Amino acid sequence: MRFAVVAFPGTWSDWDCIHALRDLGQQAERVWHRESDLDGYDGVILPGGFSYGDHLRCGAIARFSPVMQAVSRLAERGRPVFGSCNGFQILCEAGLLPGALLRNHSLQFRCQPQYVRVERADNGFTAACEGGQVLQLPISHGEGAYHAAPDVLRELEETGRILFRYCDETGALSDDANPNGSLHDIAGVLNAQGNVLGMMPHPERASDPLLGGTDGNLLWRSIIERWG
Amino acid sequence: MGSSGSFKSFKADVYVTLKRTVNDPQGLTIRGGLHALGFESVRAVRAGKFVEVWLEAEDEAEARRWVAEMGDQLLANPVIEDFRVELRADAEEAPGGGE
Repeated sequence: MRFAVVAFPGTWSDWDCIHALRDLGQQAERVWHRESDLDGYDGVILPGGFSYGDHLRCGAIARFSPVMQAVSRLAERGRPVFGSCNGFQILCEAGLLPGALLRNHSLQFRCQPQYVRVERADNGFTAACEGGQVLQLPISHGEGAYHAAPDVLRELEETGRILFRYCDETGALSDDANPNGSLHDIAGVLNAQGNVLGMMPHPERASDPLLGGTDGNLLWRSIIERWG
Repeated sequence: MGSSGSFKSFKADVYVTLKRTVNDPQGLTIRGGLHALGFESVRAVRAGKFVEVWLEAEDEAEARRWVAEMGDQLLANPVIEDFRVELRADAEEAPGGGE
């Protein structure tokens, strides 16, 4: 597959994503946010970071970059769009995903290994996982508390669009296992069509044994199997 | 857009606040600080954002309409925030350095 890995001013996980995808034999190219044409790419990654210095709100300014129109078009065509951390925040601000990410309830920036539970494996982003499988992925954010109105949360639950939840190592949910106060322990959500995923954890930082874990590769492999 | 012609200067004070249904850990923390200072009568604190916008428009109605659109489209996120606007005509000079 040929991936566009988008870099905004302040993005910091772009090269980690490129490294992870190339290690799996994929084409991954860094695309500057001023680019308005993503034709020829099979999928898009919006990596983590602090686009535009997180000014006003995380992701609020990045959504106006020319590349975001192209990201929307690719999403409409059913291609995979994946946003991690700041990429998740941008997808929410752009309206490609519902909800918003608020300050962590602790008010602390949380940078730590985190367990997340795969809520369903019949999806393009988790096909290489098993339902209920517990992954260990790093988180690194100050604004990751997922929030949505009650009717939106109900719809997400009923339509199976919550793909990952924060949990402990056994897969159990609890306030202690939730690192940021996300409603319903939500770590990652899908759009209605199932081809846009946003999540706070960083799979690209768990894609090489040298980094201490390879659970992130399950996500990349799923994308490649489904859309490659 | 210059200050000549029929355009008038306005200043909008935009108050962006978290919706009442949204948890505000920052406000809770500030309340804790105020209690620690001895202001024990403080029952609740909510923290928000204050944005000042200097603009030119043909009249007050137009300025008000534009600032409302700015709030809807960028200054506030309707998923989590509300905003209100206080508009003044013939406002103080806009601060320099913004160009």
